[in-house]
Amino acid sequence: MTGGLTIAGRALRSRLILGSGGFTSHELLERALRAAGAELCTVALRRIDPAARGGIIEVLGRAGVEVLPNTAGCYTARDAIVTAQLAREAFATDWIKLEVIGDDRTLLPDAVELMAAAEALVADGFTVLPYTTDDPVLARRLEDLGCAAVMPLGSPIGSGMGMLNPYNIALIVERAAVPVVLDAGIGTASDAALAIELGCDAVLCASAISRAHDPVAMARAVRLAVEAGELARGAGRITRRHYAQASTPDEGRPNFEPPGREPADAARR
Amino acid sequence: MSVAVTLNGQPRELAEGTSVEALLKSLAAPGSGRGVAVALDGEVVPRGLWASTRPGDGSRIEIVAAVQGG
Repeated sequence: MTGGLTIAGRALRSRLILGSGGFTSHELLERALRAAGAELCTVALRRIDPAARGGIIEVLGRAGVEVLPNTAGCYTARDAIVTAQLAREAFATDWIKLEVIGDDRTLLPDAVELMAAAEALVADGFTVLPYTTDDPVLARRLEDLGCAAVMPLGSPIGSGMGMLNPYNIALIVERAAVPVVLDAGIGTASDAALAIELGCDAVLCASAISRAHDPVAMARAVRLAVEAGELARGAGRITRRHYAQASTPDEGRPNFEPPGREPADAARR
Repeated sequence: MSVAVTLNGQPRELAEGTSVEALLKSLAAPGSGRGVAVALDGEVVPRGLWASTRPGDGSRIEIVAAVQGG
């Protein structure tokens, strides 16, 4: 069994946080939540649809999963702050996955607005989990502001390109005193395993699961990958070497040459 | 008498004195209100003030609910 994770004093057994975006039905989301073994799932806020029947909150409740509200779609600190305050009212939680986007093509975070929003929300008593770039300096600044975790992107949201800069992610992990959650960019299970092996405390995964051909199977695959990554990290990977290193001893190899002749490979021994 | 407000981006006439709570009921929003929140002119209206908050003429009201995302 693998160990758990603690964010802002809350102990979580699962290192996989599910994003709810992209599932084609609530039923599929519920099955994926169970297959993923997730305890936290993101939700967004949008103008109410009076015609909507059966809410996502009920789905999460049935699956025994806590709501992690986000500020998806916010481009300014002000929008993100009001959205977070609305989320606190709507869901009775002070946890917020803070997203402040700077560009609609890449959906990359706007560092300046993100910092401003994070500072205001921390001061307002929120438990802030900021979606950030893979910049180690920005991650440190967010942590210094009092964020409860940092959530660097592996690659742009929904791109499925995995971790484009594992070096930077490793630098963030090395320095961070708060949990590091790899957020965005995971394309398949092995990307999640790599992130955890690298030292990330958790991964947040939405599109890789919700847009997979079989979301429920992918949810299970990512869950197992996260567990494999954690086991591998604990086990300690071998050092990368430039040349081969035989795993079988050379000593004691028999000599099949006729008497008086050295083995053909004597010079290489 | 009625007041002209903007509700979720659409112009709407409300009977004067309509509370946020009554407005939510008219929208058939889930009764307990979990997963629903209200902003009036860019400020959050706490749940405990829904019954006593009455949007005035020209108010901009945003009523949001949980959806899949992120």
